[in-house]
Amino acid sequence: MDQRIYSVTELTREIKELLERSFPRLWVEGEISNFKRHSSGHLYFTLKDANSQISCAMWRFRAGSLRFHPEHGMKVLVEGDIQVYERGGNYQLIVAQIQPAGGVGALQLAFEQLKKKLHAEGLFDEAHKQPLPPYPARIGVITSPTGAAIRDIISVLRRRAPGVELLIYPVRVQGEEAAEEIAAAIDSFNRYGKVDVLIIGRGGGSLEDLWAFNEEMVARAIYRSRIPIISAVGHEVDYSIADFVADYRAATPSAAAEVAVRDQAELKGQLAYYRERLQKSLLNRIEGYRNTLESIRSSYAFRRPQDQIFQSLQQLDELQRRLTRSMSHRIAINTGQLETLRKQLLAMNPRAILNRGYSITYKNGQVVKDAALLARDDQVKVVLAKGSFQANVNAIGDDNE
Amino acid sequence: MSKKQTFEEAFKRLEEIAALLDSGETPLEESMKLYEEGMKLIKICSEKLEQAEQKIRKLSEKADGSFEETDFEPLPE
Repeated sequence: MDQRIYSVTELTREIKELLERSFPRLWVEGEISNFKRHSSGHLYFTLKDANSQISCAMWRFRAGSLRFHPEHGMKVLVEGDIQVYERGGNYQLIVAQIQPAGGVGALQLAFEQLKKKLHAEGLFDEAHKQPLPPYPARIGVITSPTGAAIRDIISVLRRRAPGVELLIYPVRVQGEEAAEEIAAAIDSFNRYGKVDVLIIGRGGGSLEDLWAFNEEMVARAIYRSRIPIISAVGHEVDYSIADFVADYRAATPSAAAEVAVRDQAELKGQLAYYRERLQKSLLNRIEGYRNTLESIRSSYAFRRPQDQIFQSLQQLDELQRRLTRSMSHRIAINTGQLETLRKQLLAMNPRAILNRGYSITYKNGQVVKDAALLARDDQVKVVLAKGSFQANVNAIGDDNE
Repeated sequence: MSKKQTFEEAFKRLEEIAALLDSGETPLEESMKLYEEGMKLIKICSEKLEQAEQKIRKLSEKADGSFEETDFEPLPE
Protein backbone atom coordinates (compact mmCIF):
# COMPACT_ATOMS: atom_id res chain seq x y z
CA MET A 1 0.00 0.00 0.00
CA ASP A 2 1.50 3.28 -1.07
CA GLN A 3 -1.25 5.49 0.38
CA ARG A 4 0.03 8.22 2.62
CA ILE A 5 -1.44 7.67 6.06
CA TYR A 6 -2.14 10.89 7.91
CA SER A 7 -2.39 11.29 11.56
CA VAL A 8 -5.42 13.22 12.67
CA THR A 9 -3.19 16.09 13.67
CA GLU A 10 -1.41 16.14 10.32
CA LEU A 11 -4.68 16.10 8.41
CA THR A 12 -6.18 18.80 10.53
CA ARG A 13 -3.01 20.85 10.22
CA GLU A 14 -3.20 20.70 6.43
CA ILE A 15 -6.88 21.53 6.43
CA LYS A 16 -6.10 24.51 8.65
CA GLU A 17 -3.32 25.79 6.42
CA LEU A 18 -5.40 25.27 3.29
CA LEU A 19 -8.49 27.00 4.61
CA GLU A 20 -6.71 29.88 6.29
CA ARG A 21 -4.63 30.49 3.20
CA SER A 22 -7.58 30.28 0.82
CA PHE A 23 -9.86 32.49 2.83
CA PRO A 24 -8.02 35.47 4.13
CA ARG A 25 -9.96 38.60 5.13
CA LEU A 26 -13.33 38.42 3.39
CA TRP A 27 -16.91 39.76 3.56
CA VAL A 28 -19.88 37.45 4.12
CA GLU A 29 -23.55 38.25 3.98
CA GLY A 30 -26.05 36.35 6.07
CA GLU A 31 -28.60 36.35 8.83
CA ILE A 32 -27.69 36.35 12.50
CA SER A 33 -29.06 33.63 14.69
CA ASN A 34 -28.32 32.32 18.17
CA PHE A 35 -26.77 35.62 19.11
CA LYS A 36 -25.06 35.57 22.49
CA ARG A 37 -23.11 38.23 24.32
CA HIS A 38 -20.84 36.45 26.75
CA SER A 39 -20.10 37.95 30.14
CA SER A 40 -16.51 38.30 28.96
CA GLY A 41 -17.69 40.77 26.36
CA HIS A 42 -17.05 38.44 23.43
CA LEU A 43 -19.89 37.94 20.95
CA TYR A 44 -20.87 34.56 19.54
CA PHE A 45 -23.41 33.89 16.84
CA THR A 46 -24.22 31.85 13.81
CA LEU A 47 -24.37 33.41 10.37
CA LYS A 48 -26.72 31.54 8.08
CA ASP A 49 -28.67 31.53 4.89
CA ALA A 50 -31.21 29.10 3.44
CA ASN A 51 -28.83 26.20 3.08
CA SER A 52 -25.79 26.67 5.27
CA GLN A 53 -24.47 28.22 8.38
CA ILE A 54 -21.12 29.17 9.87
CA SER A 55 -20.08 29.87 13.45
CA CYS A 56 -18.81 33.35 14.24
CA ALA A 57 -16.97 34.97 17.10
CA MET A 58 -16.23 38.65 17.67
CA TRP A 59 -13.72 39.39 20.41
CA ARG A 60 -14.48 42.06 22.95
CA PHE A 61 -11.87 44.55 21.77
CA ARG A 62 -13.50 44.62 18.38
CA ALA A 63 -17.08 44.39 19.62
CA GLY A 64 -16.52 47.61 21.57
CA SER A 65 -16.47 49.65 18.39
CA LEU A 66 -19.92 48.44 17.36
CA ARG A 67 -22.35 51.35 17.31
CA PHE A 68 -25.51 49.30 16.98
CA HIS A 69 -26.76 46.13 18.67
CA PRO A 70 -26.71 43.04 16.45
CA GLU A 71 -29.85 41.02 16.97
CA HIS A 72 -31.23 37.63 16.17
CA GLY A 73 -32.75 37.72 12.70
CA MET A 74 -30.81 40.79 11.54
CA LYS A 75 -29.38 40.66 8.04
CA VAL A 76 -25.76 41.76 8.11
CA LEU A 77 -22.48 42.01 6.26
CA VAL A 78 -19.60 40.54 8.24
CA GLU A 79 -15.91 41.07 7.65
CA GLY A 80 -13.55 38.49 9.09
CA ASP A 81 -11.04 35.64 8.73
CA ILE A 82 -11.56 31.92 8.73
CA GLN A 83 -9.91 30.11 11.59
CA VAL A 84 -9.69 26.36 12.07
CA TYR A 85 -9.60 24.86 15.56
CA GLU A 86 -7.51 21.77 15.61
CA ARG A 87 -8.59 20.74 19.08
CA GLY A 88 -12.26 20.74 18.20
CA GLY A 89 -11.97 19.85 14.57
CA ASN A 90 -14.14 22.78 13.51
CA TYR A 91 -13.81 26.20 11.92
CA GLN A 92 -15.08 29.66 12.71
CA LEU A 93 -15.32 33.09 11.15
CA ILE A 94 -13.44 35.53 13.42
CA VAL A 95 -15.28 38.80 12.95
CA ALA A 96 -13.50 42.14 12.49
CA GLN A 97 -16.60 44.23 11.86
CA ILE A 98 -20.35 43.97 11.25
CA GLN A 99 -22.47 46.22 9.05
CA PRO A 100 -26.21 46.12 8.64
CA ALA A 101 -27.10 44.81 5.19
CA GLY A 102 -29.64 46.44 2.90
CA GLY A 103 -28.46 50.04 2.59
CA VAL A 104 -29.01 51.29 6.13
CA GLY A 105 -25.72 52.42 7.61
CA ALA A 106 -24.46 51.22 10.98
CA LEU A 107 -24.85 54.68 12.47
CA GLN A 108 -28.34 55.07 11.10
CA LEU A 109 -29.29 51.72 12.58
CA ALA A 110 -27.78 52.60 15.93
CA PHE A 111 -29.74 55.85 15.86
CA GLU A 112 -33.01 54.03 15.20
CA GLN A 113 -32.32 51.49 17.94
CA LEU A 114 -31.53 54.10 20.58
CA LYS A 115 -34.42 56.30 19.56
CA LYS A 116 -36.81 53.37 19.93
CA LYS A 117 -35.36 52.37 23.29
CA LEU A 118 -35.43 55.84 24.83
CA HIS A 119 -38.84 56.60 23.42
CA ALA A 120 -40.19 53.47 25.09
CA GLU A 121 -38.61 54.56 28.37
CA GLY A 122 -40.43 57.88 28.13
CA LEU A 123 -37.44 60.18 27.69
CA PHE A 124 -39.19 62.04 24.86
CA ASP A 125 -42.49 62.55 26.73
CA GLU A 126 -44.07 66.00 26.36
CA ALA A 127 -45.23 65.88 29.95
CA HIS A 128 -41.63 65.78 31.17
CA LYS A 129 -40.54 68.80 29.16
CA GLN A 130 -40.07 72.02 31.11
CA PRO A 131 -41.35 75.39 29.88
CA LEU A 132 -38.67 77.91 28.97
CA PRO A 133 -38.38 80.87 31.37
CA PRO A 134 -39.85 83.95 29.66
CA TYR A 135 -37.29 86.41 31.00
CA PRO A 136 -33.98 84.63 31.67
CA ALA A 137 -31.31 86.72 33.33
CA ARG A 138 -28.46 84.28 32.60
CA ILE A 139 -28.09 81.77 29.80
CA GLY A 140 -25.66 78.84 29.88
CA VAL A 141 -24.19 77.68 26.57
CA ILE A 142 -22.54 74.30 25.97
CA THR A 143 -20.77 74.21 22.63
CA SER A 144 -17.41 74.42 20.94
CA PRO A 145 -15.48 77.62 21.74
CA THR A 146 -14.49 77.83 18.09
CA GLY A 147 -16.92 77.55 15.23
CA ALA A 148 -19.91 79.40 13.96
CA ALA A 149 -22.38 78.17 16.58
CA ILE A 150 -21.07 80.21 19.50
CA ARG A 151 -20.56 83.30 17.34
CA ASP A 152 -24.11 83.09 15.99
CA ILE A 153 -25.55 82.72 19.49
CA ILE A 154 -23.56 85.67 20.82
CA SER A 155 -24.51 87.93 17.93
CA VAL A 156 -28.23 87.16 18.17
CA LEU A 157 -28.28 87.69 21.94
CA ARG A 158 -26.33 90.92 21.61
CA ARG A 159 -28.98 92.24 19.27
CA ARG A 160 -32.04 91.02 21.10
CA ALA A 161 -31.12 91.21 24.77
CA PRO A 162 -27.78 92.83 25.61
CA GLY A 163 -28.76 92.87 29.26
CA VAL A 164 -28.85 89.07 29.48
CA GLU A 165 -25.63 87.42 30.73
CA LEU A 166 -23.97 84.49 28.96
CA LEU A 167 -22.08 81.76 30.72
CA ILE A 168 -20.20 79.46 28.35
CA TYR A 169 -18.88 75.97 29.08
CA PRO A 170 -16.65 75.00 26.15
CA VAL A 171 -16.69 71.34 25.06
CA ARG A 172 -15.69 69.13 22.16
CA VAL A 173 -18.67 68.62 19.90
CA GLN A 174 -17.37 65.64 17.91
CA GLY A 175 -15.05 62.73 18.41
CA GLU A 176 -14.57 60.09 21.05
CA GLU A 177 -14.73 62.19 24.22
CA ALA A 178 -17.38 64.65 23.05
CA ALA A 179 -20.42 62.86 24.47
CA GLU A 180 -18.82 62.51 27.88
CA GLU A 181 -17.81 66.19 27.93
CA ILE A 182 -21.25 67.36 26.89
CA ALA A 183 -22.99 65.21 29.51
CA ALA A 184 -20.53 66.40 32.17
CA ALA A 185 -21.14 70.04 31.19
CA ILE A 186 -24.89 69.63 31.64
CA ASP A 187 -24.38 68.07 35.07
CA SER A 188 -21.93 70.82 36.01
CA PHE A 189 -24.41 73.56 35.22
CA ASN A 190 -27.03 71.75 37.27
CA ARG A 191 -24.70 71.64 40.23
CA TYR A 192 -23.64 75.25 39.76
CA GLY A 193 -27.16 76.60 39.29
CA LYS A 194 -27.18 80.34 38.56
CA VAL A 195 -28.43 80.00 35.00
CA ASP A 196 -32.05 80.07 33.93
CA VAL A 197 -31.78 78.10 30.69
CA LEU A 198 -29.17 76.09 28.77
CA ILE A 199 -28.42 76.03 25.06
CA ILE A 200 -26.51 73.00 23.82
CA GLY A 201 -25.51 72.48 20.22
CA ARG A 202 -23.16 72.77 17.34
CA GLY A 203 -23.05 73.66 13.66
CA GLY A 204 -23.82 71.36 10.74
CA GLY A 205 -21.98 68.17 9.79
CA SER A 206 -22.36 64.52 8.83
CA LEU A 207 -24.11 61.95 10.97
CA GLU A 208 -20.68 60.91 12.18
CA ASP A 209 -19.81 64.51 13.10
CA LEU A 210 -23.05 65.03 15.02
CA TRP A 211 -22.86 61.61 16.66
CA ALA A 212 -22.05 62.82 20.17
CA PHE A 213 -25.56 64.32 20.36
CA ASN A 214 -27.03 60.87 19.59
CA GLU A 215 -25.28 59.17 22.47
CA GLU A 216 -27.26 57.71 25.33
CA MET A 217 -25.26 59.47 28.07
CA VAL A 218 -26.03 62.88 26.59
CA ALA A 219 -29.72 62.00 26.29
CA ARG A 220 -29.87 60.95 29.94
CA ALA A 221 -27.99 64.05 31.10
CA ILE A 222 -30.53 66.21 29.28
CA TYR A 223 -33.43 64.26 30.74
CA ARG A 224 -32.28 64.65 34.34
CA SER A 225 -31.40 68.34 33.96
CA ARG A 226 -33.47 70.56 36.23
CA ILE A 227 -32.48 73.57 34.12
CA PRO A 228 -34.54 73.75 30.90
CA ILE A 229 -32.48 72.85 27.81
CA ILE A 230 -32.74 74.11 24.25
CA SER A 231 -30.94 71.86 21.78
CA ALA A 232 -29.61 73.18 18.49
CA VAL A 233 -27.71 70.47 16.67
CA GLY A 234 -26.66 70.85 13.07
CA HIS A 235 -28.89 72.27 10.41
CA GLU A 236 -32.62 72.57 9.90
CA VAL A 237 -32.98 68.99 8.62
CA ASP A 238 -30.85 67.25 11.25
CA TYR A 239 -32.73 65.66 14.10
CA SER A 240 -30.65 64.20 16.88
CA ILE A 241 -31.60 62.18 19.95
CA ALA A 242 -30.69 65.25 22.01
CA ASP A 243 -33.34 67.19 20.08
CA PHE A 244 -36.00 64.65 21.05
CA VAL A 245 -35.13 64.70 24.75
CA ALA A 246 -34.57 68.45 25.08
CA ASP A 247 -37.23 70.77 26.42
CA TYR A 248 -37.14 72.68 23.15
CA ARG A 249 -35.58 71.90 19.78
CA ALA A 250 -34.24 74.79 17.73
CA ALA A 251 -33.36 74.30 14.08
CA THR A 252 -30.07 76.18 14.39
CA PRO A 253 -27.94 77.84 17.10
CA SER A 254 -29.24 81.26 16.00
CA ALA A 255 -32.81 80.06 16.34
CA ALA A 256 -31.97 78.81 19.83
CA ALA A 257 -30.82 82.28 20.86
CA GLU A 258 -33.96 83.82 19.34
CA VAL A 259 -36.27 81.56 21.30
CA ALA A 260 -34.33 81.88 24.54
CA VAL A 261 -35.01 85.60 25.05
CA ARG A 262 -37.72 88.14 24.33
CA ASP A 263 -36.66 90.92 22.06
CA GLN A 264 -35.68 93.86 24.25
CA ALA A 265 -37.44 96.29 21.92
CA GLU A 266 -40.66 94.36 22.41
CA LEU A 267 -40.32 94.60 26.20
CA LYS A 268 -39.74 98.33 26.04
CA GLY A 269 -42.86 98.63 23.93
CA GLN A 270 -44.87 96.74 26.54
CA LEU A 271 -43.66 99.03 29.32
CA ALA A 272 -44.66 102.08 27.28
CA TYR A 273 -48.09 100.52 26.78
CA TYR A 274 -48.58 100.04 30.52
CA ARG A 275 -47.42 103.58 31.25
CA GLU A 276 -50.05 104.95 28.84
CA ARG A 277 -52.75 102.68 30.13
CA LEU A 278 -52.20 103.52 33.81
CA GLN A 279 -52.15 107.25 33.10
CA LYS A 280 -55.33 107.03 31.03
CA SER A 281 -57.04 105.03 33.76
CA LEU A 282 -56.21 107.53 36.45
CA LEU A 283 -57.33 110.37 34.19
CA ASN A 284 -60.65 108.59 33.74
CA ARG A 285 -61.07 108.19 37.48
CA ILE A 286 -60.40 111.86 38.01
CA GLU A 287 -62.82 112.68 35.20
CA GLY A 288 -65.39 110.57 36.98
CA TYR A 289 -64.95 112.45 40.26
CA ARG A 290 -65.03 115.72 38.41
CA ASN A 291 -68.44 114.81 37.04
CA THR A 292 -69.64 113.87 40.49
CA LEU A 293 -68.46 117.17 41.87
CA GLU A 294 -70.13 119.00 39.01
CA SER A 295 -73.46 117.36 39.70
CA ILE A 296 -73.17 118.05 43.43
CA ARG A 297 -72.46 121.65 42.65
CA SER A 298 -75.53 122.04 40.47
CA SER A 299 -77.74 120.06 42.90
CA TYR A 300 -76.97 122.13 45.93
CA ALA A 301 -76.74 125.52 44.32
CA PHE A 302 -73.27 126.24 45.64
CA ARG A 303 -72.40 129.01 43.28
CA ARG A 304 -70.18 131.33 45.22
CA PRO A 305 -66.52 131.31 44.14
CA GLN A 306 -65.23 130.97 47.69
CA ASP A 307 -66.78 127.55 48.01
CA GLN A 308 -64.52 124.61 48.46
CA ILE A 309 -66.19 122.72 45.68
CA PHE A 310 -65.47 125.42 43.16
CA GLN A 311 -61.85 125.34 44.22
CA SER A 312 -61.75 121.57 43.99
CA LEU A 313 -63.05 121.72 40.45
CA GLN A 314 -60.37 124.16 39.52
CA GLN A 315 -57.69 121.95 41.04
CA LEU A 316 -59.05 118.95 39.24
CA ASP A 317 -58.97 120.81 35.94
CA GLU A 318 -55.37 121.77 36.57
CA LEU A 319 -54.46 118.19 37.44
CA GLN A 320 -56.13 116.91 34.33
CA ARG A 321 -54.23 119.37 32.18
CA ARG A 322 -50.97 118.29 33.76
CA LEU A 323 -51.68 114.61 33.34
CA THR A 324 -52.58 115.11 29.70
CA ARG A 325 -49.31 116.92 29.19
CA SER A 326 -47.42 114.26 31.14
CA MET A 327 -48.54 111.58 28.75
CA SER A 328 -46.36 113.16 26.13
CA HIS A 329 -43.71 114.60 28.40
CA ARG A 330 -43.64 111.90 31.05
CA ILE A 331 -43.86 114.03 34.15
CA ALA A 332 -45.12 112.25 37.21
CA ILE A 333 -48.23 113.76 38.71
CA ASN A 334 -48.06 115.43 42.06
CA THR A 335 -49.75 112.89 44.24
CA GLY A 336 -49.77 115.29 47.16
CA GLN A 337 -52.28 117.40 45.34
CA LEU A 338 -54.45 114.41 44.71
CA GLU A 339 -54.31 113.58 48.39
CA THR A 340 -55.68 117.03 49.30
CA LEU A 341 -58.32 116.61 46.67
CA ARG A 342 -59.24 113.21 48.02
CA LYS A 343 -59.88 114.67 51.46
CA GLN A 344 -61.99 117.40 50.00
CA LEU A 345 -63.99 114.98 47.95
CA LEU A 346 -64.65 112.83 50.98
CA ALA A 347 -65.99 115.90 52.70
CA MET A 348 -68.09 116.78 49.69
CA ASN A 349 -69.79 113.46 49.23
CA PRO A 350 -73.55 113.73 49.57
CA ARG A 351 -73.73 111.68 52.76
CA ALA A 352 -71.17 113.91 54.50
CA ILE A 353 -73.14 116.98 53.54
CA LEU A 354 -76.37 115.54 54.87
CA ASN A 355 -74.54 114.58 58.06
CA ARG A 356 -73.77 118.23 58.63
CA GLY A 357 -77.48 118.97 58.86
CA TYR A 358 -78.38 119.79 55.31
CA SER A 359 -81.46 118.14 53.79
CA ILE A 360 -82.87 117.56 50.33
CA THR A 361 -86.41 118.65 49.48
CA TYR A 362 -88.46 116.94 46.76
CA LYS A 363 -91.75 118.03 45.16
CA ASN A 364 -93.36 115.38 42.93
CA GLY A 365 -90.13 113.49 42.86
CA GLN A 366 -88.12 116.48 41.69
CA VAL A 367 -85.42 118.16 43.75
CA VAL A 368 -86.43 121.65 44.80
CA LYS A 369 -83.71 124.30 44.65
CA ASP A 370 -85.74 127.45 44.38
CA ALA A 371 -88.38 128.28 46.97
CA ALA A 372 -90.11 130.50 44.43
CA LEU A 373 -91.26 127.39 42.63
CA LEU A 374 -93.29 126.29 45.67
CA ALA A 375 -96.78 127.41 46.65
CA ARG A 376 -98.65 127.35 49.98
CA ASP A 377 -100.08 123.90 50.84
CA ASP A 378 -97.71 122.08 48.46
CA GLN A 379 -96.80 118.63 49.67
CA VAL A 380 -93.06 118.11 49.85
CA LYS A 381 -90.84 115.24 50.92
CA VAL A 382 -87.72 116.01 52.93
CA VAL A 383 -84.75 113.64 53.09
CA LEU A 384 -82.46 113.91 56.12
CA ALA A 385 -79.16 112.23 56.99
CA LYS A 386 -81.32 109.63 58.66
CA GLY A 387 -84.86 109.03 57.42
CA SER A 388 -87.31 111.40 55.72
CA PHE A 389 -90.67 113.07 56.34
CA GLN A 390 -93.58 114.59 54.42
CA ALA A 391 -94.34 118.26 54.97
CA ASN A 392 -96.91 120.85 54.06
CA VAL A 393 -95.62 124.23 52.87
CA ASN A 394 -96.85 127.01 55.17
CA ALA A 395 -95.00 130.03 53.94
CA ILE A 396 -92.34 130.91 51.30
CA GLY A 397 -89.37 133.12 52.14
CA ASP A 398 -86.24 134.64 50.47
CA ASP A 399 -82.56 133.58 50.87
CA ASN A 400 -81.52 133.10 54.49
CA GLU A 401 -84.81 134.23 55.90
CA MET B 1 -29.65 88.47 41.64
CA SER B 2 -32.06 87.00 39.15
CA LYS B 3 -33.68 89.52 36.87
CA LYS B 4 -36.13 86.83 35.91
CA GLN B 5 -38.20 87.41 39.06
CA THR B 6 -38.47 91.15 38.59
CA PHE B 7 -39.61 90.95 34.98
CA GLU B 8 -41.99 88.06 35.16
CA GLU B 9 -43.64 89.26 38.36
CA ALA B 10 -43.49 92.90 37.31
CA PHE B 11 -45.46 92.32 34.14
CA LYS B 12 -47.96 90.18 35.97
CA ARG B 13 -48.45 92.90 38.60
CA LEU B 14 -48.68 95.64 35.98
CA GLU B 15 -51.49 93.78 34.28
CA GLU B 16 -53.27 93.38 37.63
CA ILE B 17 -52.90 97.08 38.42
CA ALA B 18 -54.09 98.14 34.98
CA ALA B 19 -57.14 95.89 35.25
CA LEU B 20 -57.99 97.21 38.73
CA LEU B 21 -57.68 100.83 37.63
CA ASP B 22 -59.70 100.18 34.48
CA SER B 23 -62.49 98.54 36.44
CA GLY B 24 -63.20 101.82 38.22
CA GLU B 25 -64.13 99.91 41.33
CA THR B 26 -61.24 100.99 43.52
CA PRO B 27 -61.69 104.14 45.60
CA LEU B 28 -59.54 107.14 44.71
CA GLU B 29 -57.03 106.65 47.52
CA GLU B 30 -56.30 103.08 46.49
CA SER B 31 -56.24 104.08 42.84
CA MET B 32 -53.50 106.57 43.61
CA LYS B 33 -51.49 103.96 45.48
CA LEU B 34 -51.86 101.48 42.63
CA TYR B 35 -50.86 104.13 40.12
CA GLU B 36 -47.70 104.95 42.07
CA GLU B 37 -46.82 101.28 42.41
CA GLY B 38 -47.29 100.77 38.69
CA MET B 39 -45.11 103.72 37.76
CA LYS B 40 -42.37 102.52 40.08
CA LEU B 41 -42.41 99.04 38.53
CA ILE B 42 -42.21 100.53 35.05
CA LYS B 43 -39.25 102.64 36.09
CA ILE B 44 -37.33 99.66 37.55
CA CYS B 45 -37.94 97.51 34.46
CA SER B 46 -36.94 100.32 32.10
CA GLU B 47 -33.69 100.82 33.94
CA LYS B 48 -32.84 97.14 33.63
CA LEU B 49 -33.50 97.27 29.90
CA GLU B 50 -31.22 100.22 29.42
CA GLN B 51 -28.16 98.03 30.02
CA ALA B 52 -26.30 97.97 26.75
CA GLU B 53 -23.12 96.06 27.56
CA GLN B 54 -23.41 92.27 27.33
CA LYS B 55 -21.55 90.18 29.88
CA ILE B 56 -20.03 86.99 28.50
CA ARG B 57 -18.17 84.66 30.84
CA LYS B 58 -16.77 81.15 30.83
CA LEU B 59 -17.58 78.52 33.42
CA SER B 60 -14.81 76.17 34.55
CA GLU B 61 -14.93 73.42 37.10
CA LYS B 62 -11.84 72.90 39.21
CA ALA B 63 -10.45 69.59 40.38
CA ASP B 64 -11.88 70.06 43.87
CA GLY B 65 -15.37 70.42 42.42
CA SER B 66 -15.64 74.18 42.86
CA PHE B 67 -16.55 76.51 40.02
CA GLU B 68 -15.13 79.74 38.70
CA GLU B 69 -16.22 82.26 36.11
CA THR B 70 -13.66 83.92 33.87
CA ASP B 71 -13.74 86.15 30.82
CA PHE B 72 -14.54 84.51 27.54
CA GLU B 73 -13.16 85.27 24.11
CA PRO B 74 -14.47 83.24 21.17
CA LEU B 75 -11.48 81.65 19.46
CA PRO B 76 -11.09 81.97 15.70
CA GLU B 77 -12.17 78.91 13.75
